[in-house]
Amino acid sequence: MSAPLSEVDVAATTSRAADTGPWRLAMRRLRRDRVAMVALTVLAVFVAAALFAPLVAPYPPNAQPDIVGLARVAPSWSHPFGTDIFSRDVLSRVIYGARISLGVATLAILLAMSAGTAWGAVAGYAGGATDAVMMRIIDALLSVPRILILLLVLGLWGNISLPMLVLVLGLTGWFGTSRLVRERVRALSKQDFTLAARAIGARDIRVLWRHVLPNALSPVIVAATLGIGNVIVLEAALSYLGIGVRPPHASWGNIIEDGADQIGSAWWIALFPGLAMLVTVIAFNLLGDALRDALDPRDERRP
Amino acid sequence: MRRLLAARAAQAVVVVAIVATIVFALTHLAPGDPFATAIGTGELHPAQREALRARYGFDRPIAEQYVMYLRNVARGDLGWSFSRSRPVAEALATAVPNTLLLMGTALLLSLALGVAAGLVQAARRDSAIDRGSSAILLVFYSMPDFWLALMMMLAFAYALPIFPVSGMIDPVMHEYLGTWGRIADRARHLVLPATTLTLLITAAIARHQRAALLDAARADYTRTAKAKGLTGRAVLLRHTLRNSIGTTITLVGLMFPALLGGAVLVETVFAWPGMGQLATSAITTRDYSLVTAAAIIGAVMTVVGSAIADILTAVADPRLRER
Amino acid sequence: MNAEPLLIVRDLHTTFATDAGIARAVDGVSFTVARGETVGLVGESGCGKSVTALSLLRLIDGAGRIEAGSEIILEGRNLIALSEREMREVRGNRVAMIWQEPLSALNPVMTVGDQIGEVARVHAGASRREARAKAVEMLRLVGISAPEQRATEYPHQLSGGMRQRVVIAMALVMNPALLIADEPTTALDVTIQAQIIELLREVQQRMGMSVLLITHDLGVVAETASRVIVMYAGEVVEESPVREIFAAAHHPYTEGLLRAMPRVGATGGRLAVIPGSVPAPTNWPSGCRFRDRCPYAWERCEREHPPLYQIGAGHLSRCHLAVEPERRTHPHVPLAAATGAGAGR
Repeated sequence: MSAPLSEVDVAATTSRAADTGPWRLAMRRLRRDRVAMVALTVLAVFVAAALFAPLVAPYPPNAQPDIVGLARVAPSWSHPFGTDIFSRDVLSRVIYGARISLGVATLAILLAMSAGTAWGAVAGYAGGATDAVMMRIIDALLSVPRILILLLVLGLWGNISLPMLVLVLGLTGWFGTSRLVRERVRALSKQDFTLAARAIGARDIRVLWRHVLPNALSPVIVAATLGIGNVIVLEAALSYLGIGVRPPHASWGNIIEDGADQIGSAWWIALFPGLAMLVTVIAFNLLGDALRDALDPRDERRP
Repeated sequence: MRRLLAARAAQAVVVVAIVATIVFALTHLAPGDPFATAIGTGELHPAQREALRARYGFDRPIAEQYVMYLRNVARGDLGWSFSRSRPVAEALATAVPNTLLLMGTALLLSLALGVAAGLVQAARRDSAIDRGSSAILLVFYSMPDFWLALMMMLAFAYALPIFPVSGMIDPVMHEYLGTWGRIADRARHLVLPATTLTLLITAAIARHQRAALLDAARADYTRTAKAKGLTGRAVLLRHTLRNSIGTTITLVGLMFPALLGGAVLVETVFAWPGMGQLATSAITTRDYSLVTAAAIIGAVMTVVGSAIADILTAVADPRLRER
Repeated sequence: MNAEPLLIVRDLHTTFATDAGIARAVDGVSFTVARGETVGLVGESGCGKSVTALSLLRLIDGAGRIEAGSEIILEGRNLIALSEREMREVRGNRVAMIWQEPLSALNPVMTVGDQIGEVARVHAGASRREARAKAVEMLRLVGISAPEQRATEYPHQLSGGMRQRVVIAMALVMNPALLIADEPTTALDVTIQAQIIELLREVQQRMGMSVLLITHDLGVVAETASRVIVMYAGEVVEESPVREIFAAAHHPYTEGLLRAMPRVGATGGRLAVIPGSVPAPTNWPSGCRFRDRCPYAWERCEREHPPLYQIGAGHLSRCHLAVEPERRTHPHVPLAAATGAGAGR
């Protein structure tokens, strides 16, 4: 027979399998889903606008050209989203706000997913007492309401920097993911291909990293896509309450806060950032649903 | 069943203890102290401040403070609220029922509407009604709570001045109204905040219920039921619904922390004098006793809520009663 | 039997729309079941026997349909022509069906008594008390002890054998003329299997019911049925009285099935296996559908789709060997293996 199976061969087989296997299939299915593609496009546009804010925004976000004459102007051609009480252009602020809102949420979710995956993977792979203890800790952490901790930490610490905000958001949101990953890893580590890799002497870490994790990631990706909407809204809520992103940074949340006390007279200030948020979250939800269906189709086909 | 109750009770105590500890840790790690605001307004002389600190035990070692704190919590002694100049317990006693009223109303309405919507959607899967309502539900599901609250206020209190803008009762007239008048007044003030919460929660429940029903419909016992000659509607109501409602109740239990958060925000927007308002003002004024108490009550409400959900689920699904 | 057959199935075609095209799961099946008779419907998974059963109760939905031209005549009425409401009156009432896995077939959140009683409430307009009484009666009929107590229990509280008895009880409430049993013993232990089969036989004799027993296990058929229908690739390939099929099966597929049965007492040797696998229902091969796996196939089998030839009294076989029997005496390697072409897909 040919040369005995080496580690290289096992790894190569796995990655080749990832190429033609479930991932490719899922991507193809996703591309066929028109709604998902529209959602993806919308998100791409928003992200692009955020990234290229200086080029896209008609005015600087903090410029106050004419507090007397140009304040609280209703939406018009020159100011499609109107101006606020400081005569700042709301559209520009919303575009720059996208940077903060999307940026903070993305980083926070990445942090949460990484932490959760690491914890869950170790617990699921180790099994036994380690697993039990790690998961008990998660149970305890999950029972504490997240909003409570956020209100406390952010409220009591006063002026918090953006990186700290990301950290706090991320560190309070990884518990659910760890459970998800632990389930997957546990199931996968019992399957044949893992046993095969270990049988040829691959070290545990390597097995975990190259063989088990790639397969366990799909629910995490779905969860992240569906969860990022949550984080965006959470950050906005905290900013609205005054304890999240603070001036001079504009985030969708604190622009709404600006507009809240003038909701009756200058309604546009609160309306548009919220609308932007709504569209973004809807897009993420649609994309997340489509991803879930693409990676794990359950419905019967209809004629 | 009794074992389930005992287990959940024990769990509840543990969670509250954990939350209390976390709150203690955070309040003592945070910069500033409870008297900072008072000093800032020039009310307190530094010497007086030292006296107050001694009186409230802030100069004792941390460990001792922790024990005192836990003992007080267990005893129900929640201290004095600086920002409101009344015992914390009193402040809570007025706020908690208001939040319960708001959340309770919203939850009950949402459960009824959400389950009904899920049923209609599942019964007419893929029809125009199904797709249309799915789209609308998605929109509400994705909406930020405080923004919806503001928009509701804009639409129905400003643009169309049908409902009051904020508060729970009319500040001027309430005293002079008769019993029915007062009830009507409270009801009018309840409409907008409750509707906001209801719209959001219903969306979450309906989405879940629809999926749960479709899942249950794939099960073998559905096929058995049809083979017995039951109508489609009987199969849906008597079999699939009973099997899927348990998951919905569990979902509501899991959602409690988020529900609380939503209530906090909606209360803030509408100046509804409940827990949410209490908590946010306590945080901004650094009223530590109040913050602590609010956090603990929040945790208790969450735990009680999810425990009730668990128990109801066991009632719905006999397989869970053995645990 | 001189009396009019209870069930006449004529030219049943059931198809499913799939990604890969139209699957002709049941492709022109015809058979009859007489009153009080037990008929075994045998075949591998994928041959269409379960779909046939579901078609009889018109429980095909989703992407499947029963094609026009099919006839299912029960007690003189064509079930295909009935409205959905009329069909509901037949289900659970004149025809009952039981399945393989009793735990999933029973609703986990309803008591056993309620589930049995439900049939009486739907078809006989029974009140709750009457339904409960009937449920207890049925539980007693199927040999469950302490039936009043059992009726208040949930499916997960009963053992596997008891659950299957409950399922049978549920099916018998309205004294149906026909019971369709789809692999009723496959998921059970061997000892329980025997009990259930005995129960079915007893009940059938007592109530004069006809039974259509669907299984892949020829042993079960030998014990209970008077006639056997063998299906393959969506068609009936052999039909005969039970004794004859064991003594002198005609169709090579049936031969293969019989040879593949492990026999107690037979020593050594390998289990004979039918090489290859069932072709895909979206793409039935031309001519005889078994030819790729048949030891006797010759060019006629590829060219001409065999009809059901009459071999003897009540014995039919869909095989050209009926008219060219000399081809059987020289078994050779199946065509597929010889040419190296893959069997099945």
